[in-house]
Amino acid sequence: MNATAAPRRNLLIWGPLALFGILAAFLFVGLFRDPREVPSPLVDRPAPAFTLATLHAPGKVVSTSDYKGQVWLLNVWASWCVSCRVEHPLLMELAKANVVPIVGLDYKDKDPEAKAWLEQHGNPYALSVVDADGRVGIDWGVYGVPETFVVDKAGIIRYKHIGPVTVEALQKTILPLVQKLKVS
Amino acid sequence: MSAVRLAGVALAFAAHLALAQVPPDLAFEQRLKRLEGDLRCLVCQNQTLADSSAPLAEDLRREVRSLAVAGKSDDEIRAYLVARYGDFVLYRPPVKGTTWVLWFGPFALLGLGALVWLVVVRRRRVTPEPVHDGDASVRARELIDGKSSG
Repeated sequence: MNATAAPRRNLLIWGPLALFGILAAFLFVGLFRDPREVPSPLVDRPAPAFTLATLHAPGKVVSTSDYKGQVWLLNVWASWCVSCRVEHPLLMELAKANVVPIVGLDYKDKDPEAKAWLEQHGNPYALSVVDADGRVGIDWGVYGVPETFVVDKAGIIRYKHIGPVTVEALQKTILPLVQKLKVS
Repeated sequence: MSAVRLAGVALAFAAHLALAQVPPDLAFEQRLKRLEGDLRCLVCQNQTLADSSAPLAEDLRREVRSLAVAGKSDDEIRAYLVARYGDFVLYRPPVKGTTWVLWFGPFALLGLGALVWLVVVRRRRVTPEPVHDGDASVRARELIDGKSSG
């Protein structure tokens, strides 16, 4: 074996191995990603405006512009949504702590059922607005209830959580973000 | 019933039939079908908007239809959905920085494979001629001819 052949042989051995390594790394990372979590193009974009009737006072309408100047959460929920029950106790606690107003978007629900649900499980919402036909949900890119958005003082969506809010998501991401946005 | 009245009723009935049987706009329906076939349902992610029976898919089909009725082009309708749900709604993702590997990666791998194949084939072609050892062949010849070299 002469001197020039040695590096060549190295390349032949390590090249495919490196390629395999890269592929394996991609697949490995893929194992721990949830394909249902599709990144939203709305993060860091202005929150889609809505003007909707509130659940408890149908005569009263609320729009996104009413929340200009404060940090708020929009939580998409419905009485028919099973996994909403999972996050509900956490939302109740968050409401009790009184750090950030939670606006509920009652998504494709029936008013009496929604009200009954809140009476049974407790109402963590500053108020709930009614999106009966799901149009506002589409504007916000909602595809799996529950979903939670963090909106800053300027009305820009800063974070979107898909699925039930977890203790971890709340403590590690949502609350620190809310604190940061409140002082900025 | 007088003949005039009968004729009037018949006429009204005919008009009713004509109105009721407005032929559906086939080209428009086909266009919607094609468009919905290119869009992904986000609830059941491996189904198109056209195939899915998820409530969200129904809502999105309704939205697509109303946009199309309002005269929006296919591209505008796609842009509407991408603005809300991201490129993921498109079964045919756009060619851009983040999707380069997706679009061209397979061809790059194919090229790499072809390169390796070429190298291997070429190397095989230039396998060196058997070394001609003068002494050995002379000895072999002698052995065959039955002469002893000793």
